[in-house]
Amino acid sequence: MMSDRAEEKDDSVGVRWPELGVALLLVVLAGLVIKDSLRVGTGWADDGPRAGYFPFYIGLALLLSAGWVALKQMLRWRSHERFAERAQMASVWAILWPMAIYIGLIFAVGIYVSSILLIGYFMLRHGKHGMTLTAAVSLGVPLFFFLVFERWFLVALPKGPLEAWFGF
Amino acid sequence: MDELQNLFHGFAVAATLPNLGFMLVGITLGVLIGVLPGLGGANGVAILLPLTFSMDPTSAIIMLSCIYWGALFGGAITSILFNIPGEPWSVATTFDGYPMAQQGRAAQALTAAFTSSFVGAIFAVILITFTAPLLAKFALEFGPAEFFAVQLLTFCSFVGMSKEPPAKTIAAMMLGFALAAVGMDTVTGQLRMTYGYTELLKGFGFLIAVIGLFGIGEILLTMEEGLAFKGKSAKIDFKVVWQTWGELIRHWKLFLRSVVVGCWMGITPGGATPASFMSYGMARRMSKDPQSFGKGRIEGVVAPETAAHAAGTSALLPMLTLGIPGSPTAAVLLGGLLIWGLQPGPMLFVEQKDFVWGLIASMYIGNIVGLIVVLTTVPWWAAILRIPFSIIGPVIIVICAIGAYTVNNSMFDVVMMLVFGVMGYLFKKLKYPLAPMVLALVLGDMAEASFRQAMLISQGSMDIFWSNPLVASIAGLAIAMLVWPLWGAAKNLARQRELRAGG
Repeated sequence: MMSDRAEEKDDSVGVRWPELGVALLLVVLAGLVIKDSLRVGTGWADDGPRAGYFPFYIGLALLLSAGWVALKQMLRWRSHERFAERAQMASVWAILWPMAIYIGLIFAVGIYVSSILLIGYFMLRHGKHGMTLTAAVSLGVPLFFFLVFERWFLVALPKGPLEAWFGF
Repeated sequence: MDELQNLFHGFAVAATLPNLGFMLVGITLGVLIGVLPGLGGANGVAILLPLTFSMDPTSAIIMLSCIYWGALFGGAITSILFNIPGEPWSVATTFDGYPMAQQGRAAQALTAAFTSSFVGAIFAVILITFTAPLLAKFALEFGPAEFFAVQLLTFCSFVGMSKEPPAKTIAAMMLGFALAAVGMDTVTGQLRMTYGYTELLKGFGFLIAVIGLFGIGEILLTMEEGLAFKGKSAKIDFKVVWQTWGELIRHWKLFLRSVVVGCWMGITPGGATPASFMSYGMARRMSKDPQSFGKGRIEGVVAPETAAHAAGTSALLPMLTLGIPGSPTAAVLLGGLLIWGLQPGPMLFVEQKDFVWGLIASMYIGNIVGLIVVLTTVPWWAAILRIPFSIIGPVIIVICAIGAYTVNNSMFDVVMMLVFGVMGYLFKKLKYPLAPMVLALVLGDMAEASFRQAMLISQGSMDIFWSNPLVASIAGLAIAMLVWPLWGAAKNLARQRELRAGG
């Protein structure tokens, strides 16, 4: 019980779950590699090694090394190493989810409009900047990229309905 | 003196007006990338690479390598003025650089850092000028078995030399190889590991991986640390530069030692970061007054900066001659060569003389231009760092997304960038090294091809890796590197047992 209470007080995330999770994920990936290598053949054909010859051993080495990391982590499960503070995890999360939504939005409204929203949201929410500055940066930066890519380098980036309305 | 003649020809290629312009643009972008958090040499070059696809390869590589020099220079500015290493290899520069800035000697520290960087780079370029043609000529004799042995040595030395646990180094590396194997097999044309997803036909682009791992991953780490940039300001006037140079000349032995450490670590894939630490450690140990290190000694700036630049530059030597990059940024440049249709390796020196010597000449000019640019523009860069992260952060995310999209014009890549970003963050936190993973991703196809060719020659017998003294010694060295950590572990175990027996 003592250790449980100590854990509650400790305001950080332990390293053991992330460590085990990543190692197990790698083990699963290794399994996928080995499975598909076996499918395409790991042996020797008339014209030389088959397609799965090299990846098979790669998968095997990944399986062994990641499995070793996972095993070692499970053996010293009780040790409390710190992964990060809870507050730190919160600030990582605070940029991770807007980033995910941003990328989702690119599919719908194109990269320029979503960039305006991302920069604007971040400046207002986390920077507490004034409306004028926020508007200037969040509109100015995407506009700059628009000119550089669409006009200057002639590289087409994802665009949505707004750009279509302007005739691009 | 064939090399000198070739070099002069290279200067003629590099010193045209447009190329000098590209150098200036490259250096400026590079310093900017080095100064900003979340953008570094590797992913900065990766983001800009797609924009150069339509350029002449020589101009493109001159610009991209100048970005690399610029990023190396830029890292020093943030570490000295803000105590924030903009790049991993400038961590050691903060130890004495920031205390110097606090004591009001920022200008001296910056001058020392830039000058050391310059000296380190120039020595490494001289090394490249004279040894690259020899190494390339030597490597022309290489068959597939020798190439695979060299690649094996590269990867085994990661296991032997990295600070990270060997199991994690191997896991990261194998993940890189596995990701490289996804998609169409170039020899048999079979699809591997795509599991029916058409997006995976092309495999995982290493540029996407680099942008995600180093760019987005770094942003997440920066957020975690909750950085508030509070730094010293600095202006460098010519008198300070002159005085500092006078002082630096007295440390010529330190320069030489750091150059040697740096070049060695750069050619073997130790990289710039361990080189800077090693050189700093040596400078402290060999000093008469080791206690004063960390409190603002100019030697503490000179040693790591010289070594980091020497390593960063000499990492291009194995890339050009053997097609094996010594650092993640060199790996990205190598990927660029492949995209421009140039096959890195010894044949480059025979078939693409203009390109190779133009690049080498541009290293001389680029570093001189770089030194002048950073010495004159320091206050502006310091001002950029004062822009709060709440503005810089989202803008860098936008830049990374654009960079990832433009590689293949595919939104799938942008999604993958985020996945690689989260992975980069987790790997950094859990001490999986990223460099071997990126190198494996870049070299995977090449390593597999040479392995399979070697196997074809020998009809599937591993004996080919012992078939002649050259390949046997390279392969033997590789095995030695691989078991190096085991030997260390055994020594530890023996010591523990001795202690127990003694106690």
